[in-house]
Amino acid sequence: MDRYSFSLTTFAPNGKLLQIEHALAAVGNGSTSVGIKAANGVVIATEKKTGSSLIDISSLEHMAMVCESIGMVYSGMGPDFRVLVNSARKIAQQYRRVYMEDPPVRILVKELASVMQEFTQRGGVRPFGVSLLLAGVDERGPSLYQVDPSGSYFPWKATAIGKNMVNSKTFLEKRFNGDMELEDAVHTAILTLKEGFEGQMTENSIDVGIINVIPGSQSGQSNPTFQRLTSAEIKDYLSNIL
Amino acid sequence: MKLRAELAIKCATHESQTESRNHSIMQYNGSAIVAMVGKNCVAIAADKRLGQQALTVDMDFEKVFRMTDRTFIGLSGLAADVKTVHDTLRMRVNLYKHREERVIEPKTMAHLVSHMLYERRFGPYYIEPIIAGLDKDNKPYICATDLIGCLSLPEDFVVTGTASDNLFGMCESLWEPELEPEDLFETISQALLNAVDRDAMSGWGAVVHIITPDGVITRDIKGRMD
Repeated sequence: MDRYSFSLTTFAPNGKLLQIEHALAAVGNGSTSVGIKAANGVVIATEKKTGSSLIDISSLEHMAMVCESIGMVYSGMGPDFRVLVNSARKIAQQYRRVYMEDPPVRILVKELASVMQEFTQRGGVRPFGVSLLLAGVDERGPSLYQVDPSGSYFPWKATAIGKNMVNSKTFLEKRFNGDMELEDAVHTAILTLKEGFEGQMTENSIDVGIINVIPGSQSGQSNPTFQRLTSAEIKDYLSNIL
Repeated sequence: MKLRAELAIKCATHESQTESRNHSIMQYNGSAIVAMVGKNCVAIAADKRLGQQALTVDMDFEKVFRMTDRTFIGLSGLAADVKTVHDTLRMRVNLYKHREERVIEPKTMAHLVSHMLYERRFGPYYIEPIIAGLDKDNKPYICATDLIGCLSLPEDFVVTGTASDNLFGMCESLWEPELEPEDLFETISQALLNAVDRDAMSGWGAVVHIITPDGVITRDIKGRMD
């Protein structure tokens, strides 16, 4: 047992960790995801890609709710994402167990990032082949974070990860402005995905999740809730774009 | 067989005698703590006695602690556990402050305390805490828990300690809603002083904290020293 429990992620002579570079390459092969922070909420969206037209695409889940106030999406390897969804949900519930409230987004991101960091240092494991976008609302307002396989994390106003990340980011740089409302942000997110989309975009070929700040309600009464848009709702947005 | 049964009876009798002579460990050191809600303010007060049963050991023992700028916790019960829980809670509150870059709200701290106590469900700390503070919207918050962390959240006042029965009586007759800070000070002080005068295990002076949006007023009050 001991012989195989050394860390696979070791420094190359040039100071780089090759396994992490490879993990980022796996993310770069994955389908594009975008996230935009609006004045009154956050939107995250992703392409749903399948190898075959025979797959029932409507039941594929590329996006997950971590807790009421936080949702997340990925680019990269699907199975690795499921593992991270499990950890994220557990972290959120453990926080709730102690404080009887949802964790602030930054706290959840930090904890999740430290799980990902551990997989770059521990023995017998490989880094995760995913980058994550987390969208959430807490007492400081809306926030959007990216977490990478290395365990580094970044707060964004708008960003993209995955195959079309470079083009999508230049597109967002042109389109984004700070006082955009959530409705506009959803539009912009879908437009960004559409830029690099191969084939016809339909309501079933993308996943969109939103969370909005509820005006006037201080912590207590009705809390902000992360929601995945239904295909009917996505269809409405698409028909407005075309 | 007969001998063993007699022995069992003897042990049982002996045990019940010890039980009645040394009352519960919760009453060993003696204490009286009370918190009250006022108009945009809260007050928390405690006696200063530390005893070993009937023997008074200290007349300036701290039972109410300032955990954040505007949240206080009062710990009644076994003095050793009062110190331990205070130290552990201070650690947890400081870690929270550094990790989350914000000050813990009274309500959040109450759930933290409740969690800490229930973690020791089958070997509890022998304390009954009271938490009093103002939240970020300046709303008063008070609560009490039992020794395993069951929260109770009344709207008017909470009491704990060996004089809790007396405090209940005093608070029921003196407290009224929407008291201004100075009136609240008078009410809580009278409630506490008169409650401890009828309890041999607590008293010997008291300390009162009034928490207002503008700051905390702390006053030491003298009481009967007998």
